[in-house]
Amino acid sequence: MAELGQIAQKVRSKNAGPFWVTIDIFCGSAEVFERVSGSLKDDAVAKLYRVDRQLVKRFDIADLNVVKFSFPRPQVQGTRADRDMHGAGWASLLEEMQID
Amino acid sequence: MTRVLIPAGALGLGYDRAALERGIANRPDIIAVDGGSTDSGPSYLGRGVSKYARASTKMEWRELMRARAEAGVPLVIGTAGTCGADAAVDWLFDITKEIAAEEGMKIKVATLRSGQTAETVKAALAKGRVRPLAAAPEISDQILEDCTNIVALAGAEQIAAALATGADVVIAGRTTDTAIIAALPLTRGDNAGAAWHGAKVGECGALATTQPNSGVIQIDFDASGFTIEPMAEAAAATAYTVSAHMLYENSDPFILYEPGGYLDVTGSDYRALDARRVRVEGSKWVPGPYTVKLEGARVVGYQSVGLAVIRDRHYVANARVWAADIETKVRAKIEARMGLKPDDFAVELRLIGMNATLGDLENRHDLPVEVGALGILTCPTPEQAAEAAKILNPYLLHHPLTEDEPMPTFAFPFSPAEMQRGALYEFCLNHVMELDDPMAAFKLELHEVGHG
Repeated sequence: MAELGQIAQKVRSKNAGPFWVTIDIFCGSAEVFERVSGSLKDDAVAKLYRVDRQLVKRFDIADLNVVKFSFPRPQVQGTRADRDMHGAGWASLLEEMQID
Repeated sequence: MTRVLIPAGALGLGYDRAALERGIANRPDIIAVDGGSTDSGPSYLGRGVSKYARASTKMEWRELMRARAEAGVPLVIGTAGTCGADAAVDWLFDITKEIAAEEGMKIKVATLRSGQTAETVKAALAKGRVRPLAAAPEISDQILEDCTNIVALAGAEQIAAALATGADVVIAGRTTDTAIIAALPLTRGDNAGAAWHGAKVGECGALATTQPNSGVIQIDFDASGFTIEPMAEAAAATAYTVSAHMLYENSDPFILYEPGGYLDVTGSDYRALDARRVRVEGSKWVPGPYTVKLEGARVVGYQSVGLAVIRDRHYVANARVWAADIETKVRAKIEARMGLKPDDFAVELRLIGMNATLGDLENRHDLPVEVGALGILTCPTPEQAAEAAKILNPYLLHHPLTEDEPMPTFAFPFSPAEMQRGALYEFCLNHVMELDDPMAAFKLELHEVGHG
Protein backbone atom coordinates (compact mmCIF):
# COMPACT_ATOMS: atom_id res chain seq x y z
CA MET A 1 0.00 0.00 0.00
CA ALA A 2 1.11 3.54 -0.69
CA GLU A 3 -0.38 7.00 -0.64
CA LEU A 4 -1.12 7.98 -4.26
CA GLY A 5 0.41 11.43 -3.82
CA GLN A 6 3.66 9.84 -2.62
CA ILE A 7 4.16 7.79 -5.78
CA ALA A 8 2.64 10.10 -8.43
CA GLN A 9 4.33 13.25 -9.70
CA LYS A 10 1.30 15.48 -9.25
CA VAL A 11 -2.42 15.26 -8.72
CA ARG A 12 -4.36 18.27 -10.02
CA SER A 13 -8.06 19.11 -9.85
CA LYS A 14 -9.68 21.98 -11.73
CA ASN A 15 -13.07 23.05 -12.95
CA ALA A 16 -13.98 21.91 -16.43
CA GLY A 17 -16.61 24.62 -16.73
CA PRO A 18 -18.91 25.52 -13.82
CA PHE A 19 -20.67 22.16 -13.76
CA TRP A 20 -17.82 19.65 -13.99
CA VAL A 21 -14.58 18.97 -12.20
CA THR A 22 -11.65 17.09 -13.69
CA ILE A 23 -8.78 15.44 -11.83
CA ASP A 24 -5.50 14.59 -13.53
CA ILE A 25 -3.07 12.15 -11.95
CA PHE A 26 0.36 12.69 -13.50
CA CYS A 27 2.12 9.41 -12.74
CA GLY A 28 5.54 10.46 -14.04
CA SER A 29 6.62 7.03 -15.29
CA ALA A 30 5.20 4.02 -17.10
CA GLU A 31 5.77 1.90 -14.00
CA VAL A 32 3.74 4.15 -11.70
CA PHE A 33 1.12 4.58 -14.44
CA GLU A 34 0.64 0.80 -14.66
CA ARG A 35 0.31 0.57 -10.91
CA VAL A 36 -2.14 3.46 -10.55
CA SER A 37 -4.14 2.52 -13.63
CA GLY A 38 -4.41 -1.07 -12.40
CA SER A 39 -5.22 -0.57 -8.77
CA LEU A 40 -7.32 2.61 -8.73
CA LYS A 41 -10.94 1.48 -9.08
CA ASP A 42 -13.82 3.59 -10.40
CA ASP A 43 -15.96 2.54 -7.44
CA ALA A 44 -13.42 3.82 -4.94
CA VAL A 45 -13.15 7.17 -6.72
CA ALA A 46 -16.94 7.56 -6.96
CA LYS A 47 -17.21 6.76 -3.25
CA LEU A 48 -14.45 9.19 -2.31
CA TYR A 49 -16.30 12.06 -4.01
CA ARG A 50 -19.80 10.67 -3.33
CA VAL A 51 -20.81 10.82 -6.95
CA ASP A 52 -22.81 8.33 -9.00
CA ARG A 53 -20.32 5.91 -10.53
CA GLN A 54 -22.21 6.07 -13.85
CA LEU A 55 -21.36 9.76 -14.11
CA VAL A 56 -17.61 9.30 -13.63
CA LYS A 57 -15.65 9.54 -16.90
CA ARG A 58 -12.25 7.88 -16.79
CA PHE A 59 -9.30 8.12 -19.17
CA ASP A 60 -6.16 6.01 -18.82
CA ILE A 61 -3.66 7.73 -21.11
CA ALA A 62 -0.51 5.64 -21.42
CA ASP A 63 1.20 8.14 -23.77
CA LEU A 64 1.17 10.74 -21.00
CA ASN A 65 1.32 8.39 -18.00
CA VAL A 66 -1.86 10.10 -16.85
CA VAL A 67 -5.05 8.77 -15.28
CA LYS A 68 -7.87 11.30 -15.53
CA PHE A 69 -11.31 11.41 -13.91
CA SER A 70 -14.10 13.85 -14.72
CA PHE A 71 -17.48 14.05 -13.01
CA PRO A 72 -20.22 16.60 -12.27
CA ARG A 73 -19.13 18.92 -9.50
CA PRO A 74 -20.45 17.81 -6.08
CA GLN A 75 -21.68 21.43 -5.86
CA VAL A 76 -22.04 23.67 -8.89
CA GLN A 77 -19.32 26.34 -8.97
CA GLY A 78 -20.20 29.44 -7.00
CA THR A 79 -23.43 28.17 -5.46
CA ARG A 80 -24.00 28.75 -1.76
CA ALA A 81 -22.84 25.24 -0.93
CA ASP A 82 -19.68 25.48 -3.05
CA ARG A 83 -16.51 25.84 -0.99
CA ASP A 84 -13.87 25.90 -3.67
CA MET A 85 -14.46 28.24 -6.64
CA HIS A 86 -11.77 26.67 -8.84
CA GLY A 87 -12.22 23.07 -7.71
CA ALA A 88 -8.55 22.90 -6.76
CA GLY A 89 -8.96 21.25 -3.35
CA TRP A 90 -10.58 18.01 -4.49
CA ALA A 91 -7.21 16.70 -5.66
CA SER A 92 -6.16 16.25 -2.03
CA LEU A 93 -8.62 13.41 -1.46
CA LEU A 94 -7.07 11.35 -4.25
CA GLU A 95 -3.56 12.39 -3.27
CA GLU A 96 -4.09 10.98 0.20
CA MET A 97 -5.82 7.82 -0.94
CA GLN A 98 -4.10 4.50 -0.21
CA ILE A 99 -3.65 2.28 -3.24
CA ASP A 100 -2.21 -1.22 -3.70
CA MET B 1 0.54 29.51 -43.50
CA THR B 2 -0.87 31.64 -40.72
CA ARG B 3 1.22 32.84 -37.82
CA VAL B 4 -0.67 33.65 -34.61
CA LEU B 5 1.04 35.41 -31.72
CA ILE B 6 -0.51 34.78 -28.30
CA PRO B 7 0.89 37.12 -25.63
CA ALA B 8 -0.64 35.49 -22.54
CA GLY B 9 -3.28 33.13 -21.22
CA ALA B 10 -5.39 36.15 -20.30
CA LEU B 11 -5.09 39.91 -20.55
CA GLY B 12 -4.15 41.14 -17.07
CA LEU B 13 -2.08 38.09 -16.13
CA GLY B 14 1.26 39.53 -17.26
CA TYR B 15 3.86 38.21 -19.71
CA ASP B 16 7.54 38.40 -20.59
CA ARG B 17 8.17 41.72 -22.45
CA ALA B 18 11.27 40.52 -24.27
CA ALA B 19 9.32 37.49 -25.49
CA LEU B 20 6.57 39.74 -26.85
CA GLU B 21 9.17 41.78 -28.76
CA ARG B 22 10.61 38.60 -30.21
CA GLY B 23 7.13 37.56 -31.27
CA ILE B 24 6.51 40.88 -33.03
CA ALA B 25 9.88 40.65 -34.80
CA ASN B 26 8.73 37.30 -36.23
CA ARG B 27 5.99 39.13 -38.18
CA PRO B 28 2.77 37.46 -36.99
CA ASP B 29 -0.44 37.64 -39.04
CA ILE B 30 -2.56 38.35 -35.97
CA ILE B 31 -2.20 38.89 -32.22
CA ALA B 32 -4.85 37.04 -30.19
CA VAL B 33 -5.42 37.13 -26.45
CA ASP B 34 -8.14 35.77 -24.21
CA GLY B 35 -9.85 38.07 -21.74
CA GLY B 36 -11.61 35.69 -19.40
CA SER B 37 -13.51 32.52 -18.57
CA THR B 38 -16.11 31.29 -16.11
CA ASP B 39 -13.38 30.10 -13.79
CA SER B 40 -13.61 32.95 -11.31
CA GLY B 41 -17.25 32.26 -10.69
CA PRO B 42 -20.71 33.59 -11.50
CA SER B 43 -20.43 37.05 -9.90
CA TYR B 44 -18.44 38.50 -12.81
CA LEU B 45 -20.98 37.43 -15.41
CA GLY B 46 -23.83 38.35 -13.09
CA ARG B 47 -22.51 41.89 -12.71
CA GLY B 48 -20.89 42.19 -16.14
CA VAL B 49 -17.51 43.20 -14.70
CA SER B 50 -13.84 42.28 -15.00
CA LYS B 51 -11.91 40.62 -12.20
CA TYR B 52 -8.63 42.27 -13.16
CA ALA B 53 -7.63 45.80 -12.17
CA ARG B 54 -8.51 48.44 -14.75
CA ALA B 55 -4.97 49.82 -14.36
CA SER B 56 -3.35 46.45 -15.15
CA THR B 57 -5.68 45.84 -18.05
CA LYS B 58 -5.02 49.30 -19.49
CA MET B 59 -1.25 48.95 -19.14
CA GLU B 60 -1.12 45.56 -20.88
CA TRP B 61 -3.71 46.51 -23.50
CA ARG B 62 -1.68 49.64 -24.30
CA GLU B 63 1.42 47.48 -24.86
CA LEU B 64 -0.52 45.14 -27.11
CA MET B 65 -2.04 48.04 -29.06
CA ARG B 66 1.46 49.44 -29.60
CA ALA B 67 2.73 45.99 -30.64
CA ARG B 68 -0.20 45.70 -33.06
CA ALA B 69 0.61 49.09 -34.59
CA GLU B 70 4.24 48.07 -34.99
CA ALA B 71 3.34 44.75 -36.59
CA GLY B 72 0.55 46.27 -38.68
CA VAL B 73 -1.79 43.33 -38.01
CA PRO B 74 -5.12 42.89 -36.21
CA LEU B 75 -5.30 42.50 -32.43
CA VAL B 76 -8.23 40.44 -31.17
CA ILE B 77 -9.44 39.77 -27.66
CA GLY B 78 -12.12 37.22 -26.75
CA THR B 79 -14.30 37.19 -23.63
CA ALA B 80 -13.39 40.80 -22.86
CA GLY B 81 -13.52 41.84 -19.21
CA THR B 82 -13.48 38.31 -17.70
CA CYS B 83 -17.11 37.49 -18.49
CA GLY B 84 -17.69 38.80 -22.01
CA ALA B 85 -21.00 40.47 -21.14
CA ASP B 86 -21.93 43.54 -23.18
CA ALA B 87 -21.02 45.85 -20.27
CA ALA B 88 -17.55 44.29 -20.15
CA VAL B 89 -17.11 44.89 -23.90
CA ASP B 90 -18.06 48.55 -23.30
CA TRP B 91 -15.55 48.70 -20.43
CA LEU B 92 -12.67 47.53 -22.62
CA PHE B 93 -13.87 49.68 -25.54
CA ASP B 94 -13.69 52.74 -23.25
CA ILE B 95 -10.16 51.78 -22.22
CA THR B 96 -9.28 51.33 -25.91
CA LYS B 97 -10.58 54.81 -26.79
CA GLU B 98 -8.58 56.35 -23.93
CA ILE B 99 -5.40 54.64 -25.08
CA ALA B 100 -5.95 55.60 -28.72
CA ALA B 101 -6.39 59.24 -27.69
CA GLU B 102 -3.33 59.17 -25.41
CA GLU B 103 -1.17 57.47 -28.03
CA GLY B 104 -2.41 59.51 -30.97
CA MET B 105 -3.60 56.36 -32.76
CA LYS B 106 -6.29 56.39 -35.40
CA ILE B 107 -7.74 52.89 -35.60
CA LYS B 108 -10.79 50.89 -36.58
CA VAL B 109 -12.27 48.93 -33.67
CA ALA B 110 -14.84 46.18 -34.14
CA THR B 111 -17.00 45.23 -31.16
CA LEU B 112 -18.74 41.86 -31.15
CA ARG B 113 -21.50 41.60 -28.56
CA SER B 114 -22.55 38.21 -27.22
CA GLY B 115 -25.31 39.31 -24.84
CA GLN B 116 -28.72 37.64 -25.21
CA THR B 117 -32.09 38.87 -24.03
CA ALA B 118 -34.24 36.53 -21.96
CA GLU B 119 -36.88 36.86 -24.72
CA THR B 120 -34.53 35.50 -27.38
CA VAL B 121 -33.60 32.48 -25.30
CA LYS B 122 -37.18 31.88 -24.14
CA ALA B 123 -38.34 31.88 -27.77
CA ALA B 124 -35.61 29.42 -28.72
CA LEU B 125 -36.47 27.25 -25.71
CA ALA B 126 -40.14 27.20 -26.72
CA LYS B 127 -39.14 26.01 -30.22
CA GLY B 128 -37.01 23.22 -28.79
CA ARG B 129 -33.84 24.93 -30.01
CA VAL B 130 -32.20 25.13 -26.56
CA ARG B 131 -30.81 21.82 -25.34
CA PRO B 132 -29.19 20.87 -22.01
CA LEU B 133 -25.59 19.64 -21.87
CA ALA B 134 -24.47 16.99 -19.36
CA ALA B 135 -25.15 18.01 -15.75
CA ALA B 136 -27.19 21.05 -16.82
CA PRO B 137 -29.51 22.62 -14.26
CA GLU B 138 -33.27 22.80 -14.87
CA ILE B 139 -34.31 26.01 -16.59
CA SER B 140 -37.61 27.83 -17.01
CA ASP B 141 -38.84 31.11 -18.45
CA GLN B 142 -38.72 32.54 -14.93
CA ILE B 143 -35.07 31.57 -14.44
CA LEU B 144 -34.16 33.11 -17.81
CA GLU B 145 -35.96 36.32 -16.84
CA ASP B 146 -34.09 36.36 -13.52
CA CYS B 147 -30.70 36.30 -15.24
CA THR B 148 -28.86 39.62 -14.98
CA ASN B 149 -26.73 38.57 -17.95
CA ILE B 150 -27.00 35.82 -20.55
CA VAL B 151 -24.23 35.38 -23.10
CA ALA B 152 -23.74 33.06 -26.05
CA LEU B 153 -20.23 31.80 -26.79
CA ALA B 154 -19.15 32.98 -30.22
CA GLY B 155 -17.03 30.70 -32.37
CA ALA B 156 -14.64 31.20 -35.26
CA GLU B 157 -17.37 32.38 -37.69
CA GLN B 158 -18.21 35.49 -35.67
CA ILE B 159 -14.55 36.38 -35.09
CA ALA B 160 -13.88 35.89 -38.81
CA ALA B 161 -16.76 38.28 -39.57
CA ALA B 162 -15.24 40.85 -37.21
CA LEU B 163 -11.84 40.49 -38.89
CA ALA B 164 -13.45 40.80 -42.32
CA THR B 165 -14.52 44.37 -41.46
CA GLY B 166 -10.85 45.30 -41.72
CA ALA B 167 -10.73 46.20 -38.02
CA ASP B 168 -7.36 46.89 -36.43
CA VAL B 169 -8.68 45.85 -33.03
CA VAL B 170 -11.48 43.37 -32.33
CA ILE B 171 -13.09 43.47 -28.89
CA ALA B 172 -15.25 40.38 -28.62
CA GLY B 173 -17.68 39.55 -25.86
CA ARG B 174 -18.02 35.94 -24.75
CA THR B 175 -16.30 33.59 -27.17
CA THR B 176 -14.98 30.08 -26.79
CA ASP B 177 -11.38 30.24 -25.56
CA THR B 178 -10.17 28.88 -28.88
CA ALA B 179 -12.21 30.90 -31.39
CA ILE B 180 -9.98 33.98 -31.44
CA ILE B 181 -6.96 31.86 -32.34
CA ALA B 182 -8.67 29.46 -34.78
CA ALA B 183 -10.60 32.10 -36.78
CA LEU B 184 -7.86 33.44 -39.07
CA PRO B 185 -6.24 30.07 -39.92
CA LEU B 186 -9.72 28.72 -40.75
CA THR B 187 -10.53 31.73 -42.94
CA ARG B 188 -7.30 31.22 -44.86
CA GLY B 189 -8.00 27.56 -45.44
CA ASP B 190 -5.43 26.04 -43.10
CA ASN B 191 -6.19 22.57 -41.76
CA ALA B 192 -9.35 22.79 -39.66
CA GLY B 193 -8.35 20.13 -37.11
CA ALA B 194 -5.00 21.83 -36.67
CA ALA B 195 -6.66 25.26 -36.33
CA TRP B 196 -8.83 24.14 -33.42
CA HIS B 197 -6.21 21.94 -31.79
CA GLY B 198 -3.50 24.60 -31.98
CA ALA B 199 -6.00 27.10 -30.62
CA LYS B 200 -6.75 24.87 -27.64
CA VAL B 201 -3.05 24.38 -26.95
CA GLY B 202 -2.46 28.12 -27.28
CA GLU B 203 -5.43 29.51 -25.39
CA CYS B 204 -3.60 29.52 -22.05
CA GLY B 205 -0.50 31.20 -23.50
CA ALA B 206 2.69 29.48 -22.38
CA LEU B 207 0.88 27.06 -20.05
CA ALA B 208 1.61 24.31 -22.57
CA THR B 209 5.37 24.93 -22.24
CA THR B 210 8.01 24.39 -19.58
CA GLN B 211 7.65 28.03 -18.39
CA PRO B 212 3.94 28.82 -18.00
CA ASN B 213 4.51 32.35 -16.63
CA SER B 214 6.43 33.55 -19.68
CA GLY B 215 3.11 33.90 -21.47
CA VAL B 216 4.06 34.47 -25.09
CA ILE B 217 3.81 31.74 -27.71
CA GLN B 218 3.70 31.63 -31.49
CA ILE B 219 1.74 29.07 -33.46
CA ASP B 220 2.15 28.51 -37.19
CA PHE B 221 -0.84 26.88 -38.88
CA ASP B 222 -0.71 25.31 -42.33
CA ALA B 223 -2.42 22.77 -44.59
CA SER B 224 -1.41 19.71 -42.56
CA GLY B 225 -0.84 20.77 -38.94
CA PHE B 226 0.59 23.36 -36.60
CA THR B 227 3.91 24.20 -35.00
CA ILE B 228 4.17 25.77 -31.56
CA GLU B 229 7.14 27.74 -30.29
CA PRO B 230 7.40 29.69 -27.04
CA MET B 231 8.85 33.19 -27.46
CA ALA B 232 10.66 33.30 -24.12
CA GLU B 233 14.21 32.07 -24.76
CA ALA B 234 14.31 29.82 -21.70
CA ALA B 235 10.92 28.24 -22.37
CA ALA B 236 10.44 25.04 -24.35
CA ALA B 237 7.45 23.27 -25.85
CA THR B 238 7.86 19.52 -25.69
CA ALA B 239 5.70 16.74 -27.07
CA TYR B 240 4.67 16.08 -23.49
CA THR B 241 3.79 19.67 -22.47
CA VAL B 242 1.80 20.16 -25.67
CA SER B 243 -0.11 16.88 -25.63
CA ALA B 244 -0.75 17.12 -21.88
CA HIS B 245 -2.45 20.47 -22.34
CA MET B 246 -5.58 18.81 -23.72
CA LEU B 247 -6.12 17.56 -20.15
CA TYR B 248 -6.36 21.07 -18.75
CA GLU B 249 -9.85 22.11 -17.66
CA ASN B 250 -11.29 19.62 -20.17
CA SER B 251 -13.64 16.91 -18.99
CA ASP B 252 -12.67 14.86 -22.07
CA PRO B 253 -9.01 15.16 -23.14
CA PHE B 254 -9.62 13.97 -26.71
CA ILE B 255 -12.82 15.74 -27.75
CA LEU B 256 -13.53 19.46 -27.68
CA TYR B 257 -16.93 20.80 -28.71
CA GLU B 258 -17.05 24.11 -30.54
CA PRO B 259 -19.80 25.93 -32.46
CA GLY B 260 -20.44 23.91 -35.60
CA GLY B 261 -18.66 20.70 -34.70
CA TYR B 262 -16.00 19.13 -32.57
CA LEU B 263 -12.27 18.57 -32.47
CA ASP B 264 -10.98 15.01 -32.14
CA VAL B 265 -7.31 14.63 -31.17
CA THR B 266 -7.37 10.85 -30.67
CA GLY B 267 -5.12 10.37 -33.71
CA SER B 268 -2.89 13.43 -33.22
CA ASP B 269 0.83 12.97 -33.59
CA TYR B 270 3.18 15.16 -31.51
CA ARG B 271 6.74 15.45 -32.76
CA ALA B 272 9.61 17.52 -31.36
CA LEU B 273 11.24 19.56 -34.17
CA ASP B 274 14.06 20.55 -31.82
CA ALA B 275 14.44 21.25 -28.11
CA ARG B 276 11.88 24.07 -28.13
CA ARG B 277 9.36 23.51 -30.92
CA VAL B 278 6.67 20.88 -31.42
CA ARG B 279 4.86 19.89 -34.59
CA VAL B 280 1.34 18.44 -34.36
CA GLU B 281 -0.49 16.67 -37.18
CA GLY B 282 -3.43 14.33 -37.48
CA SER B 283 -6.02 16.31 -35.50
CA LYS B 284 -9.53 16.03 -36.91
CA TRP B 285 -12.39 18.52 -37.14
CA VAL B 286 -15.80 16.84 -37.33
CA PRO B 287 -18.53 19.24 -38.54
CA GLY B 288 -21.96 19.10 -36.93
CA PRO B 289 -25.07 21.18 -36.33
CA TYR B 290 -24.42 24.86 -35.59
CA THR B 291 -25.00 25.48 -31.90
CA VAL B 292 -23.62 28.04 -29.46
CA LYS B 293 -23.22 27.44 -25.75
CA LEU B 294 -25.13 29.69 -23.36
CA GLU B 295 -24.08 31.02 -19.98
CA GLY B 296 -26.25 32.95 -17.58
CA ALA B 297 -26.12 34.16 -14.00
CA ARG B 298 -28.81 35.32 -11.60
CA VAL B 299 -29.02 36.61 -8.05
CA VAL B 300 -30.16 33.99 -5.55
CA GLY B 301 -29.65 35.99 -2.33
CA TYR B 302 -27.40 38.39 -0.49
CA GLN B 303 -24.61 37.51 1.89
CA SER B 304 -22.77 38.84 4.91
CA VAL B 305 -19.81 37.13 6.48
CA GLY B 306 -18.11 37.35 9.87
CA LEU B 307 -14.85 35.76 10.93
CA ALA B 308 -13.60 34.78 14.39
CA VAL B 309 -10.39 32.88 15.04
CA ILE B 310 -10.31 30.32 17.82
CA ARG B 311 -6.94 29.59 19.43
CA ASP B 312 -8.09 28.15 22.79
CA ARG B 313 -7.17 24.45 22.71
CA HIS B 314 -10.37 23.32 24.43
CA TYR B 315 -12.50 25.18 21.87
CA VAL B 316 -10.42 24.00 18.94
CA ALA B 317 -10.97 20.40 20.06
CA ASN B 318 -14.73 20.99 20.32
CA ALA B 319 -15.17 23.41 17.41
CA ARG B 320 -17.74 21.31 15.55
CA VAL B 321 -20.07 21.04 18.52
CA TRP B 322 -19.58 24.73 19.25
CA ALA B 323 -20.34 25.73 15.65
CA ALA B 324 -23.41 23.50 15.35
CA ASP B 325 -24.82 24.96 18.58
CA ILE B 326 -24.31 28.51 17.30
CA GLU B 327 -25.96 27.72 13.95
CA THR B 328 -29.05 26.38 15.73
CA LYS B 329 -29.33 29.33 18.09
CA VAL B 330 -28.75 31.96 15.40
CA ARG B 331 -31.31 30.37 13.08
CA ALA B 332 -33.90 30.46 15.84
CA LYS B 333 -33.19 34.12 16.58
CA ILE B 334 -33.35 35.15 12.92
CA GLU B 335 -36.76 33.47 12.63
CA ALA B 336 -38.06 34.95 15.87
CA ARG B 337 -36.64 38.45 15.60
CA MET B 338 -36.51 39.11 11.85
CA GLY B 339 -39.58 37.09 10.90
CA LEU B 340 -37.83 35.11 8.14
CA LYS B 341 -39.07 31.62 7.30
CA PRO B 342 -36.57 28.72 7.57
CA ASP B 343 -36.38 28.26 3.78
CA ASP B 344 -35.70 31.95 3.15
CA PHE B 345 -32.27 32.15 4.73
CA ALA B 346 -29.16 30.13 5.59
CA VAL B 347 -26.66 30.23 8.44
CA GLU B 348 -23.38 28.39 8.07
CA LEU B 349 -20.28 28.34 10.24
CA ARG B 350 -17.49 27.11 7.98
CA LEU B 351 -14.54 25.92 10.05
CA ILE B 352 -11.26 26.91 8.41
CA GLY B 353 -8.63 24.45 9.55
CA MET B 354 -11.09 21.56 9.84
CA ASN B 355 -13.12 21.01 6.64
CA ALA B 356 -13.59 24.39 4.96
CA THR B 357 -12.34 23.13 1.59
CA LEU B 358 -14.02 19.74 1.38
CA GLY B 359 -16.98 19.85 3.75
CA ASP B 360 -18.51 16.42 4.35
CA LEU B 361 -16.02 14.83 1.94
CA GLU B 362 -13.13 15.61 4.31
CA ASN B 363 -11.70 12.41 5.77
CA ARG B 364 -8.81 13.79 7.83
CA HIS B 365 -9.56 14.82 11.37
CA ASP B 366 -6.24 16.00 12.85
CA LEU B 367 -6.60 18.88 15.28
CA PRO B 368 -5.21 22.19 14.00
CA VAL B 369 -3.49 24.88 16.10
CA GLU B 370 -6.36 27.27 15.50
CA VAL B 371 -9.67 27.35 13.70
CA GLY B 372 -11.20 30.15 11.67
CA ALA B 373 -14.94 30.26 12.18
CA LEU B 374 -16.32 31.87 9.04
CA GLY B 375 -19.96 32.75 9.57
CA ILE B 376 -21.87 32.99 6.27
CA LEU B 377 -25.36 34.45 6.31
CA THR B 378 -27.53 34.30 3.19
CA CYS B 379 -30.82 36.23 3.10
CA PRO B 380 -33.28 37.55 0.51
CA THR B 381 -32.10 41.18 0.83
CA PRO B 382 -28.75 42.85 1.61
CA GLU B 383 -30.30 44.61 4.63
CA GLN B 384 -31.49 41.29 6.06
CA ALA B 385 -28.05 39.73 5.48
CA ALA B 386 -26.43 42.62 7.37
CA GLU B 387 -28.93 42.29 10.21
CA ALA B 388 -28.47 38.51 10.42
CA ALA B 389 -24.69 38.94 10.70
CA LYS B 390 -25.24 41.23 13.68
CA ILE B 391 -27.34 38.53 15.32
CA LEU B 392 -24.43 36.13 14.79
CA ASN B 393 -21.81 38.59 16.07
CA PRO B 394 -22.13 38.08 19.87
CA TYR B 395 -21.99 34.29 19.42
CA LEU B 396 -18.81 34.44 17.36
CA LEU B 397 -17.25 36.60 20.06
CA HIS B 398 -18.35 34.94 23.31
CA HIS B 399 -20.32 31.71 22.89
CA PRO B 400 -19.41 29.17 25.64
CA LEU B 401 -19.44 25.42 25.01
CA THR B 402 -21.46 24.91 28.18
CA GLU B 403 -23.38 27.26 30.44
CA ASP B 404 -21.19 26.63 33.48
CA GLU B 405 -17.81 27.64 32.12
CA PRO B 406 -16.17 31.08 32.11
CA MET B 407 -17.19 33.29 29.20
CA PRO B 408 -14.69 32.84 26.34
CA THR B 409 -13.63 35.57 23.91
CA PHE B 410 -12.34 34.79 20.42
CA ALA B 411 -10.10 36.77 18.10
CA PHE B 412 -11.93 39.17 15.77
CA PRO B 413 -9.58 40.38 13.04
CA PHE B 414 -11.66 43.45 12.13
CA SER B 415 -13.95 46.17 13.35
CA PRO B 416 -16.68 46.17 12.26
CA ALA B 417 -16.64 42.38 12.44
CA GLU B 418 -19.10 41.83 9.62
CA MET B 419 -18.37 42.15 5.91
CA GLN B 420 -21.09 42.68 3.31
CA ARG B 421 -20.53 40.36 0.37
CA GLY B 422 -23.37 41.73 -1.70
CA ALA B 423 -25.27 39.55 -4.15
CA LEU B 424 -24.79 35.80 -4.36
CA TYR B 425 -25.00 34.82 -8.02
CA GLU B 426 -25.47 31.38 -9.53
CA PHE B 427 -24.69 30.07 -12.99
CA CYS B 428 -28.01 28.80 -14.28
CA LEU B 429 -27.35 27.69 -17.87
CA ASN B 430 -25.32 24.83 -19.26
CA HIS B 431 -27.14 24.61 -22.57
CA VAL B 432 -26.61 25.06 -26.27
CA MET B 433 -28.80 27.07 -28.64
CA GLU B 434 -29.22 26.14 -32.31
CA LEU B 435 -28.61 28.90 -34.84
CA ASP B 436 -29.40 28.95 -38.58
CA ASP B 437 -27.04 31.87 -39.12
CA PRO B 438 -23.98 32.08 -36.84
CA MET B 439 -24.35 35.89 -36.68
CA ALA B 440 -28.01 35.73 -35.61
CA ALA B 441 -27.21 35.84 -31.89
CA PHE B 442 -24.37 38.37 -32.09
CA LYS B 443 -24.03 42.07 -32.82
CA LEU B 444 -21.03 43.32 -34.78
CA GLU B 445 -20.20 47.04 -35.02
CA LEU B 446 -17.26 48.90 -36.51
CA HIS B 447 -16.04 52.15 -34.92
CA GLU B 448 -13.48 54.74 -36.01
CA VAL B 449 -11.43 55.61 -32.93
CA GLY B 450 -8.78 58.28 -32.24
CA HIS B 451 -7.55 61.22 -34.22
CA GLY B 452 -4.20 60.10 -35.61
